[in-house]
Amino acid sequence: MITLNINGKEMSVEVAADTPLLWVLRDNLKLTGTKFGCGMSLCGACTVHMNGQAVRACVTPVSMADKANVVTIEGVAQSPTGRAVQQAWKSLDVVQCGYCQPGQIMSAVALLEGNRSPSDSDIDRAMGGNVCRCGTYVRIRAAIHEAARSLALRAGS
Amino acid sequence: MSRSIVNQSRRRFLQGAAGLTLAIYFPWPLAQGAVGQEQAEAFEPNAFLRIGEDDSVTIVAKHLEMGQGTYTGLATILAEELDADWAQVRVESAPADASRYNNLFWGPAQGTGGSTAIANSWEQLRKAGASARAMLVAAAAAQWKVPADDITVAGGVVSHAGSGRQATFGQLARAAAQQAVPEQVRLKEPGEFRLIGRHIPRKDSDDKVTGKAIFTQDIQLPGMLTAVVAHPPRFGATVKAYDAKPALAVDGVVEVVQIPSGVAVLARDTWSAKRGRDALVVEWNEAAAFNQNSAQLLEHYRELARSPGQVARQEGDSDVALAKAARTLEAEYDFPYLAHSAMEPMNCVVSLTGDGCEAWYGAQSQTYDQTVLAELFDLAPAQVRIHTLYAGGSFGRRASKNADYSLEAAHIVKAIEGRAPVKLVWLREDDMQAGNYRPMFHHRLRAGLDAEGNLVAWQHRLVGQSVLGGSPFASLIKDGIDPASVEGAASLPYRIPNLRVDLHSPEDGMVPVQWWRSVGSSHTAFSTECFLDELAQAAGKDPVTWRLAMLGEHPRHAGVLKLAAEKAGWEQPLPAGKEGERRGRGVAVHESFSSFVAQVAEVTVQSDGRFHVDRVVCAVDCGVAINPDVIRAQVEGGVGFALSAALREAITFTDGKVEQSNLHNYELLRISEMPTVEVHIVASASAPTGIGEPPVPPLAPAVVNALAAATGKRIRRLPIGTQLTS
Ligand code: FES
Ligand code: FES
Repeated sequence: MITLNINGKEMSVEVAADTPLLWVLRDNLKLTGTKFGCGMSLCGACTVHMNGQAVRACVTPVSMADKANVVTIEGVAQSPTGRAVQQAWKSLDVVQCGYCQPGQIMSAVALLEGNRSPSDSDIDRAMGGNVCRCGTYVRIRAAIHEAARSLALRAGS
Repeated sequence: MSRSIVNQSRRRFLQGAAGLTLAIYFPWPLAQGAVGQEQAEAFEPNAFLRIGEDDSVTIVAKHLEMGQGTYTGLATILAEELDADWAQVRVESAPADASRYNNLFWGPAQGTGGSTAIANSWEQLRKAGASARAMLVAAAAAQWKVPADDITVAGGVVSHAGSGRQATFGQLARAAAQQAVPEQVRLKEPGEFRLIGRHIPRKDSDDKVTGKAIFTQDIQLPGMLTAVVAHPPRFGATVKAYDAKPALAVDGVVEVVQIPSGVAVLARDTWSAKRGRDALVVEWNEAAAFNQNSAQLLEHYRELARSPGQVARQEGDSDVALAKAARTLEAEYDFPYLAHSAMEPMNCVVSLTGDGCEAWYGAQSQTYDQTVLAELFDLAPAQVRIHTLYAGGSFGRRASKNADYSLEAAHIVKAIEGRAPVKLVWLREDDMQAGNYRPMFHHRLRAGLDAEGNLVAWQHRLVGQSVLGGSPFASLIKDGIDPASVEGAASLPYRIPNLRVDLHSPEDGMVPVQWWRSVGSSHTAFSTECFLDELAQAAGKDPVTWRLAMLGEHPRHAGVLKLAAEKAGWEQPLPAGKEGERRGRGVAVHESFSSFVAQVAEVTVQSDGRFHVDRVVCAVDCGVAINPDVIRAQVEGGVGFALSAALREAITFTDGKVEQSNLHNYELLRISEMPTVEVHIVASASAPTGIGEPPVPPLAPAVVNALAAATGKRIRRLPIGTQLTS
């Protein structure tokens, strides 16, 4: 039995310790917002936060998440940064097929939590592990800058 | 094509029908209730619209939303004529029912592709919206006892200025349902548009930024099993024997079954199914399997290119003109197989019910898939109820030519006699190695210039597998010419007095091929626009003015070319790079799917040959711009998609085995490689045409022409890879 803290809620699952967190989230806990794209830490579709860090859930054994605070796309709106990023994503209509976007948003939130005004090269570094096959990169970049602006505005007011 | 599990007799039946006809189905009442329609709506004037007493306006989308923004586009067209408030509009996916939801360009078949969604729906949805509006107005006129002509509608509210009376759509819904459907409706003049041409938000953004959007991968049904399949290592190999025991020993694995395309492991969850497949031992019969190398295939294609093929277009006498030309140039271009590699690998959920079969997935060819599944289960096509979900990308893949992934899911359900609903999951490796690739192509071009530098002769020979062959569209192949192989080449717009385009379609390849975003234009734009650039240089002419001089009869090509050149500052020199950097600018223009796109690319090349595409200026003409922001998004995305392929993508073979398996050896574009994209839309009153595919073709030639301008090196083989560094 493994006890997880997901989006602020305690949850217990009966799975093998080496099961990737991704499949526990999706198949056991029915939190299907976190996506499967490659299973090899190559695409970022499965990105979640573990104790504030962006991690690839497809290569994270669930045992590593034991006692950690995990945040998924379903819970990201609990933080002001999460809300600002989602809002920027909506106001710029970043999404196309949308399949990569939960992972993109989780990576963007982790970036902004640590860096309130990221440069283009900061964005390239932090978002380099998230593939968007639809090619929404122009808007992802713009939306991160937009979210940074709106967070700065809020902090200033 | 022995990997294909399509039954030949059905294929012949489909091909025998005229034109694009697939089959004719009768409306089947059960299919209509397939989409969750909880409460009866007050007003359903037609198959595309429901208005509830709660003022909800539900627009039923007959096309798959795979990222191209079609839910937003279709809803805009209908809501415009209805005069609804955009905020009250929601979109729902249509059930599979070709009698109501066929693609008007495809005969009686429902499906999405060829950038036709908006184009074929334009008149249909305008009329649907306008007639519903007329019924709402008639209802108000009757209630208020005023002339209908004095009533206005805006933002979901019906008003009569004289009496000051107002009612919302919801308040009028029941009464409107009693009105006769008008036979004639007036459609708006462009000057009256309030939604079309404006920036309005996408309808799928909310669901997609919160993780609530449901894709096939997210479907969970009671008792559902997840299947992962062991596929043959080579196209054409079959199962000789297998040992299920090690798989069955894996926790969570429930069953192992053989199906025509391999051995399926069914488990209670995805991870167990994957572990079960890893443990499974399968022996393959590979005697008749594909066993060639990419180099052998290329050699064979080059050989074919030495002899004339089937003529796709001929004007004047290009042989004589070439012989007489002051100067001749020749170039060969090579294109690899390409994978679609949508972010969501192919998948499908199938369940057998008492009275038929249900399927949940990002269905792109509903009618064709219904036929295929119905035949397998011995049902009537209408008994196959398809719930079309959001697709995590497609780029042509989900409109599977042999229904490969949906049929595989159905075979698994059949093998377990329908005991449980099954979700078939292809892992990335399955998706990448399953075939249905953009075909490999070899092009050979020759051209002649006269003493003044005019282009007087053009010969273009193409060698590559047919994508329409073996598909429901095979009847479009005429006299050995697959139009999808030569589009963009046979339709070369430049005025050249002597021209020949011919084609070889090698049929001995066993690699399954399919349409891939922009289909034939994904290679023909490259060879034609790169060769044109070389010729312009040889003639000592400016690539833009030289093209324009030959585009007299093609004002829309010329229009986008001029606009892109102007916005890119073509007349001004490109700002120099840093010390040791070389910069270059290149242009290309191409028409595909009746839309016109020109692009100017700017590149910076380092001293070691590494390069970056800095900026791409795009001009597009796709008729009336329904959602300018969605068009911009498609152009930006199309640039990224095309650049990805141009830089590194290739599917290659060793001894018949696909060498690529996941994103480490089939590398997709990353954010740091994405250029700045500027999009300029030509104002147009022409009927709208597609924008999903047309931004793709000009990108690679524009980039490669820019690289030639920077370095003097002409790249004639895609992907570009390390050709500039090595
Ligand atoms: S699914 Fe985890 S990185 Fe791709
Ligand atoms: S939006 Fe489709 S993969 Fe990113």
